[in-house]
Amino acid sequence: MSQIETFYDVMRRQGITRRSFMKYCSLTAAALGLGPAFVPKIAHAMETKPRTPVIWVHGLECTCCSESFIRSAHPLAKDVVLSMISLDYDDTLMAAAGHAAEAAFKDTIQKYKGQYILAVEGNPPLNEDGMYCITGGKPFVEKLRHAARDAKAIISWGACASYGCVQAAAPNPTRATPVHKVILDKPIIKVPGCPPIAEVMTGVITYMLTFDRMPELDRQGRPKMFYSQRIHDKCYRRPHFDAGQFVEHWDDENAKKGYCLYKMGCKGPTTYNACSTVRWNEGVSFPIQSGHGCIGCSEDGFWDQGSFYDRLTNIKAFGVEANADKLGGIAAGAVGGAVAVHAAISALKRAQKKTQDKVEA
Amino acid sequence: MSDIHPGDDHIFEGRPLGAPHQVTRQTSVYVYEAPVRIWHWINAACIMVLCVTGWLIGSPPPSMQIAEAYDQFVFGYIRFAHFAAAMILTVGFFGRIYWALIGNHHAKQLFYVPIFSRRFWGELLFELRWYFFLEKEPKKYVGHNPLAQLAMFLFMTVGLTFMIVTGFALYAEGAGKDSMFYAVFGWVQDLVQNTQRLHTLHHIGMWWIVIFMIIHIYVAIREDIMSRQSMVSTMISGHRTFKDDRPD
Repeated sequence: MSQIETFYDVMRRQGITRRSFMKYCSLTAAALGLGPAFVPKIAHAMETKPRTPVIWVHGLECTCCSESFIRSAHPLAKDVVLSMISLDYDDTLMAAAGHAAEAAFKDTIQKYKGQYILAVEGNPPLNEDGMYCITGGKPFVEKLRHAARDAKAIISWGACASYGCVQAAAPNPTRATPVHKVILDKPIIKVPGCPPIAEVMTGVITYMLTFDRMPELDRQGRPKMFYSQRIHDKCYRRPHFDAGQFVEHWDDENAKKGYCLYKMGCKGPTTYNACSTVRWNEGVSFPIQSGHGCIGCSEDGFWDQGSFYDRLTNIKAFGVEANADKLGGIAAGAVGGAVAVHAAISALKRAQKKTQDKVEA
Repeated sequence: MSDIHPGDDHIFEGRPLGAPHQVTRQTSVYVYEAPVRIWHWINAACIMVLCVTGWLIGSPPPSMQIAEAYDQFVFGYIRFAHFAAAMILTVGFFGRIYWALIGNHHAKQLFYVPIFSRRFWGELLFELRWYFFLEKEPKKYVGHNPLAQLAMFLFMTVGLTFMIVTGFALYAEGAGKDSMFYAVFGWVQDLVQNTQRLHTLHHIGMWWIVIFMIIHIYVAIREDIMSRQSMVSTMISGHRTFKDDRPD
């Protein structure tokens, strides 16, 4: 592995000053929620450790994860990020194509058996023996299994790899299946989102390189440092939520004032992600700040939770769509009606019995 | 099964044989002990608060501009009332379970259905026939009749357990992943994966309880009038009185 440069070497070669490098280390430590004592640790790891080889494969996806990844601001943009890891195979970003690319794929697996990290963007469709996604002339699921066999760990990038995303939305015609349901014998980190936040993606990788282990994961397998709180918990519009001040229509005064988007179907209260803290595009904004509710893109099955603009999810039953209130209201109304009719009959019966009793007496 | 049959309950024992001209004699049995009655009314109050505030949490009231957001806590108070009532209901439910263990045998009826008893199903059918106006007269019961017992079990024991479990799983979201609530109820979040589903399920659960309320109040009043025993006053005084002396 000595033939691989360290991160620091690569960064210096690319013209990054030591000062910038140290800045990067402290920013990364902050992003990971680590104390200042960890800054030299990160710097040391970057200076001495050989870069970890990464194989990045693409299944059914839209490449928004890659698009997000190359826009990471802290750790510093693309040149550093792409130098941190030794990205030996990525069919979207690599210069090689065709047979040359496939050769690089095979080489990397052979050369770094059990050493490399497999980053998966997208997921394999399992219907028709995986024929709905062919890469390099083979079903993607075969490529995934092949690459996973000798991987040290797997990163599931984005909602596709983590949960299935839009291609797995009901009725899921191609049987698009998230990675953890196909690869059962490897440690898998889910980094969900559509796409995940760039800094979250690079943060996860940096953590793994620095400490040579997986970050602490929650029950669903997501890194706790980025996914342990809801958007809602750190939302800057939260005071309006607690006050009961909501946007009622997209074009009303409340929308202009930046009130809470809860009534407009914001999924912030059920979405675990770091958008309201890390934000997007170098911390410029995030959906709620831009005036649109969270659509819950980093949650499992977010396409199947009804409209993005409804607070109460529509339940599809008996061919009609209704939310819990409509459904429950109809049921309660029916029961109430039945009770009224029953009461009427009861009264009649009782009156009838009384007359009978009188006649008998 | 003796608990649901007055004939076995020795309530007609000691009837004076030679008293033919006696006016209707009200025999009464102490059925619901104080803790059961107190629980019933606290539970009822909690459910009322939970339904109203829960509905408002799903469909918030129109925006109010009383003060600046930092000085106004309308939705916060609605949610507080919901959580406070839920905590009281939960403690009450555990207290009720405790009382089922140490109270009289009527206190246990809420928590089981004697599915292996032939007589239970037979009398359940009879009770259904009574509600479909196919029987002229209902049977007498000291505790719950079989239909009531089944309904209580499905709506209260199962229903409240479902609401408590899903409710605390939702509460765990706000309490955070290092909270006791998440440690105890986090598994529910795993089960549904996307907690938006949990909101929907919890919401449907509310309607399940509302349907129970409608039936429960109607039936209690109807039986109070039409059956051969007291209903509404029993849950206040604890005593069941009977309108006639005929057995069964």
